[in-house]
Amino acid sequence: MSAIDNISFDHTELLRFITAGSVDDGKSTLIGRLLHDSKSIFEDQLSAITHTSHRRGMESVDLSLLTDGLQAEREQGITIDVAYRYFATPKRKFIIADTPGHEQYTRNMVTGASTANLAIILIDARKGLLTQSRRHAYLASLVGIPHLVVAVNKMDLVNYSRDVFERICKDFSTFAKGLKLNNIAYIPMSALNGDMVVERGDKLDWYEGMTLMDLLESVPIDHDINLEDFRFPVQWVCRPQTEELHDFRGYMGRIESGFISIGDAVKVLPSGLTSRIKEIVTYDGVVDDAVAPQSVTLTIEDHLDISRGDMLVKPVGVPVVTNEFDAMLCWLSEQSLDPRRKYLVKHTTRTVKALISRIDYRVDVNTLNHEAADTLKMNDIGRVSLKVHQPLACDPYQRNHATGSFIVIDEVNNNTVAAGMICPAKD
Amino acid sequence: MEILNEMEESVSPDPGFVTKTEPVAIKRRIARHLGHLDALESEAIHIMREVAAECANPALLFSGGKDSIVMLRLAEKAFRPGRFPFPLLHVDTGHNFPEVIEFRDRRVKQLGERLIVRSMEDSIRQGRVVLRSENQSRNPFQSVTLLDAIAEFCFDACIGGARRDEEKARAKERIFSFRDEFGQWDPKNQRPELWDIYNTRVHPGENIRVFPISNWTELDVWEYIAREELEVPHIYFAHTRDVIRRGTGLLPLSHLVQPVEGEKVENLMVRFRTVGDMSCTCPVESSAVNVGEIITETAITRITERGATRMDDQTSDASMERRKKEGYF
Ligand SMILES: Nc1nc2c(ncn2[C@@H]2O[C@H](COP(=O)(O)OP(=O)(O)O)[C@@H](O)[C@H]2O)c(=O)[nH]1
Ligand SMILES: [Mg+2]
Repeated sequence: MSAIDNISFDHTELLRFITAGSVDDGKSTLIGRLLHDSKSIFEDQLSAITHTSHRRGMESVDLSLLTDGLQAEREQGITIDVAYRYFATPKRKFIIADTPGHEQYTRNMVTGASTANLAIILIDARKGLLTQSRRHAYLASLVGIPHLVVAVNKMDLVNYSRDVFERICKDFSTFAKGLKLNNIAYIPMSALNGDMVVERGDKLDWYEGMTLMDLLESVPIDHDINLEDFRFPVQWVCRPQTEELHDFRGYMGRIESGFISIGDAVKVLPSGLTSRIKEIVTYDGVVDDAVAPQSVTLTIEDHLDISRGDMLVKPVGVPVVTNEFDAMLCWLSEQSLDPRRKYLVKHTTRTVKALISRIDYRVDVNTLNHEAADTLKMNDIGRVSLKVHQPLACDPYQRNHATGSFIVIDEVNNNTVAAGMICPAKD
Repeated sequence: MEILNEMEESVSPDPGFVTKTEPVAIKRRIARHLGHLDALESEAIHIMREVAAECANPALLFSGGKDSIVMLRLAEKAFRPGRFPFPLLHVDTGHNFPEVIEFRDRRVKQLGERLIVRSMEDSIRQGRVVLRSENQSRNPFQSVTLLDAIAEFCFDACIGGARRDEEKARAKERIFSFRDEFGQWDPKNQRPELWDIYNTRVHPGENIRVFPISNWTELDVWEYIAREELEVPHIYFAHTRDVIRRGTGLLPLSHLVQPVEGEKVENLMVRFRTVGDMSCTCPVESSAVNVGEIITETAITRITERGATRMDDQTSDASMERRKKEGYF
């Protein structure tokens, strides 16, 4: 195994990002450009799309073909569903959620954004800040994406004008203030020609900031996870009941936030019983401490009745255990919300019956105005009150994505019909 | 971030001195050690545990290939010191490399877990699969045997080692991918998948395919094999072999593949990037004789895994998508 020792693997971080934009703003071209210029396109892929480009009578290779995957999409020339792409540079590994920008956009963007560290919002330099860009910024703030890049694309079509770029930046930042969005970077670019994507090009000398790739490689992501509040939803109870492990009772799960050490006091929710951590077990041996997002097995000092769906937390700064809470819902299903029906809510490892007892308002995602509503349709976002059959250990989504998020499932057809984000308790 | 920096600086420079700010130091120390492989591993473990907890009767697909070797290690990480809460299932095409089958049986024995083998030979004998010729690729028909096995054992979830980077149609596949009662995948009607909250619910007769290493690339798989020091069948390493050049690829000479008019047999240094149906799995020319050298080669390779190694996927740009709709893994 000596050859392996020389290789340094596993010291690169993983960055997940999403590209947001309306149809034709250049999302696919940008992703194609990132992959191409970072040498992540394989020869067979390149020759396949070169072939297709020529067959369609195009002069140069259409990089957007790289990401337009399914047969129906290629026929219609549009992207239907969220697709995931992978590439790596010596500094980082990247996962791109490529979300298409047609009428189902809200649903796709929320899906892609839910796991993203960063969003690139594309704006066509000729068009400036449109209603759609505002919608994308709103969705990014709703889902709480930690970092935002505003990519002013197609600069080649506005003579690489600094004034155009600066006006768009100003418009966007004025709007973003209202959304409490921070960590915004602005980059002028031409995805088609490759300026400021991976290479700087020679047309945008007045711009002194980073290229998109530099930024993707350097934006700090190790603090995107909440390291303050220990949250451990129990997924599975391990009881081998073998001779040598007769009394072993391990709680298996993933540390969703925070960290834990041997000897730490823990509280079990919803019961409220307390104990101490005895061991932190992993396949590679017992360890003294563990941190999010590690998957581990915990044993505790006392014999308590703990099962899947329970949550271990530290006794200070506990989540609210409640049957009623408010949440922002993004409705994903073609069947609209029916307030008379029972739904299922899956929150961490617990699935409970739920009633959506009230719709406070629906957000007009274009104007951000609140309007009265008695239902939510597909792609609608609204604030609702929920009543659940069994108590859930809730944190506000803003503070903790893992314990503040849930999905709503239709009990009859088993579809996932909504994504929910828990609001801070009103008091 | 600023707060953390400040607190860490307050730790005494004397290495023997432990201060009250230790928790911060712990956090930073551990967090720094979590690289991309740790993140991918933890995600996969989380997914496997969700399947075990929420599905009534799951199975883990195991072929003896590198992806499923990684899957077994992940299952160990997820469930030891307990047993796997599911059996292993191998859909045997009958066109296997003998060393892979030998490896499969040895590995299963080491683990002490249960292996179910269902073979295409049986499906052919029962007339459930009709081949045009004996030597034709059997990959497209695996779905028949797989669906029969799912019905026989009433599996409601099959955990597999497919990755999204393998093929365009896979890029849109969910981690929990719902199949109707005919085992079919409808790419336009997939359940949205948000955060790490997976919807595992199915009606009787339907099932879910689960792909815990969806987000891994070929390179990640090899890096993990290196890190975990996992054994893989020898045909993954460079060796000399009689091959035939056909189209853009090389085919291994065997009882299934013989030279036709105008082709000649060459003896080359090759390795396999995937191990599947012997009649259509192409080796690539390589001098990589250990995992480290494979990683180096993979990091600089310019051809996708499937492009290089699967004759049957090249027939049409949409062939994988079509097969998946029909129930293929
Ligand atoms: N001139 C110019 N055209 C671009 C640029 N980026 C994309 N395009 C073109 O805009 C059209 C739509 O691009 P596409 O990437 O498919 O947009 P998507 O719908 O957001 O994925 C295509 O014809 C692209 O060639 C750019 O930077 N400059
Ligand atoms: Mg597109």
